[in-house]
Amino acid sequence: MSRKIKEIIIKNIFFFFALVSIFILGLIVLFLFQEGLPIFKVVSVGDFIFGREWYPTYDPPSFGIWPLIVGSLFVTFFASLIAVPLGILSAIYISEIAPPLVKEILKPLIELLAGLPSVVLGFFGMVVLAPFLQETFDLPTGLNIASASIVLAIMAVPTISSISEDALYAVPQEFKEASYALGATKFETILKVIVPAALSGISTAVILGMARAIGETMVVLMVAGGAAAIPESIFDSVRPMPASIAAEMGEAPFRSDHYYSLFAIGVVLFIFTLIFNLIADYISTRFKEVGSATL
Amino acid sequence: MRDFRKTSHVSKVSMKWRYLKQSLFLGIIRVSALIIVTSIGGFLFYIIINGIGAISWDFLTLPPRDSMTKGGIMPAILGTLYLTAVAIVFALPLGVMSAIYLSEYAKQGRVVRIIRIGVNCLAGVPSIVFGLFGLGLFVVFLQFGSCILSGGLTLGFLILPTIIGAAEEALKSVPQTFREASLALGVSRWQTILRIVLPNALPGIMTGSILGIGRAAGETAPIMFTAAAFFTAKLPASIFDEVMALPYHIYVLATAGTHIEQTRPIQYGTALVLVALVLGIDLIAIVIRSYMRKKKGW
Repeated sequence: MSRKIKEIIIKNIFFFFALVSIFILGLIVLFLFQEGLPIFKVVSVGDFIFGREWYPTYDPPSFGIWPLIVGSLFVTFFASLIAVPLGILSAIYISEIAPPLVKEILKPLIELLAGLPSVVLGFFGMVVLAPFLQETFDLPTGLNIASASIVLAIMAVPTISSISEDALYAVPQEFKEASYALGATKFETILKVIVPAALSGISTAVILGMARAIGETMVVLMVAGGAAAIPESIFDSVRPMPASIAAEMGEAPFRSDHYYSLFAIGVVLFIFTLIFNLIADYISTRFKEVGSATL
Repeated sequence: MRDFRKTSHVSKVSMKWRYLKQSLFLGIIRVSALIIVTSIGGFLFYIIINGIGAISWDFLTLPPRDSMTKGGIMPAILGTLYLTAVAIVFALPLGVMSAIYLSEYAKQGRVVRIIRIGVNCLAGVPSIVFGLFGLGLFVVFLQFGSCILSGGLTLGFLILPTIIGAAEEALKSVPQTFREASLALGVSRWQTILRIVLPNALPGIMTGSILGIGRAAGETAPIMFTAAAFFTAKLPASIFDEVMALPYHIYVLATAGTHIEQTRPIQYGTALVLVALVLGIDLIAIVIRSYMRKKKGW
C-alpha cells in the first residue's frame, strides 16, 4: 500500500514539473503585460499599433509602432522569400537525392548553421554584406532591408530545412515505390507524391522558420539600419520591433512611458510569434501525415 | 496502326521533356544545397582568417585595457561560462523531470496536449522577449539586479524547451521491452525509470543538454538587460555581480563607442572565440550522438 502511495506521490511530483513550461509561459505573459500595459494610459491601443510616428524621446513623445511592425514584416517576408525555397530544396536534396556520404556531412553542417550565434551573423552582415551591397548598388547605406533579410534567411534555413526533412523522411517508402512502378520519374515522384504527402510538415517548417525570423533580434539590430520609418524600397533602413526594444531599453528611464512602451512592443511581438506557433501546431496535429498503416 | 505510331511518337517527345524537367529540377536542388554549403563555408573561412590574427595566449587570458582597444577578453569568456553554467544547472533537472512525465507517466489526453503546446510556444518565444521577461521578473520584481543569476536564469528558461524536447526523444527511444521486463520483475514504475530508463536515455539527454549549453553561450538579447556589462573592472565575486559576456562584447564593440575601427581586430578575435566555443560544443554533441547511434544495438 505504501509503495502505491509513494508511486502516486512521485507521479504527481513529475506532473508538477511538467507544468513548469506552462507556468513560465504564464509568467512571461504576466510580466510583459504588467510592465507594458501602463503605456495605454498615455496612448490608445489603436494609436499605439497604427500610429506612424515613433519618437519616444521627443517632447511631447509619440508612441506609434506601425513603422516598427512594418519593418518586422518586411524583413521577415524577404527573408522567407530566400529561406523557404532554399530550406525546402535542401531538405529534398538531403532526404531524396544526396548520396549517403554527402548526407552524413550536410545534415550536421546545417545543424551547425542553426547553432551559429546570431550576434556573429549580425557582425558578419555588418562588416561584409552591408558594405558589399552598398558598393554594388551604390547605396547611401548597406544597413537596410535587403542585407538584414539575407542574414535572417541564413538563420531561418536550418529550421525550415530540418523540420521539412523530418516530414519528407516520414513519407512511407510504399508511396515512392508505387509512384515509380507507375512509371513516374524521380522528379514527378518528388513533386506529386512525396512533397504533397509531407506538406503539413513542410508548412509547419515554413511557419516556424518565419517565426524565428520575426523574433530574431541581434541581426536586425545590427544590420537593418535602425530607421523608424515606413520603407519605400528594399534598400531602405528599417527598425524592426526586436531591434527597437534591444536598442532603446538601455536608455529608457526605469518605468517611464518609454520603458512601458518597449514592454508593450514586447507584447505585440510575443503575440505575433504565439500566433505563428499556434498555427504551426494546429497544422501539424490537424493534418497528421498519412502513415503506411492507413494504406 | 497509325494511331499507335502517333502515340508512341508523342510519348517519346514527352519522355524527353519529362527527363529534361527532371535534370533541371535536380540541378536547381543541387545548386541550393551548394549555396548553403558555400555560405557556411565562406562565413567560417572569413571569421577564421580575420580572427586568427588577434588570438594569442594574452588575448585569452588578460582583461581589456586602454578603454577596450588593447588587451584580452578573459572576463568575457569567464562571464559566458558562468552564465551558461547557471542556465544549465537550472534548466537540466527541470527539463528532464518535465520530459520524464511526458514520456513515462502521461496518458495521451487534453492535459498532455496543453503541456506540449506550452513547450512549443515557449520554444517560439523570441529571445528579446525572454530578455524583457528576465528584466521584469529577476532584475526588477525579485530585485536581483543585473547579474549572473538573473541572466543565467533567463537563459535557463530559454533553453528549457530544447532540453525537454531532447530528453523526451531520448526517453522515448528506450525500447518498451526494457520497461516491461523491469515491471514484470516486480520493480516499481519509479525504480524502473530511475534504474532502467534513465541510464539508457542518458547519452541522448546529454546530447540535448550540450546543444542547450551551446545555444545559451551564443545568445545576446536575453542577457542585454539582465546580466551583461560593457566593462567590469573586477572579475565577478558572486552570482549577484554583473559580468562581461562574449556575445555582448562583440555587439558593443561593433556598434557603440568611439573606437569601432580601432577595435576591429578584437571584434574579429572575439567572434572567432565565440564561434569556436559554440560550434565546438555543438560538435561534441553531434559526435556523441552519432557514436551512440552506431553503438546502440536496439
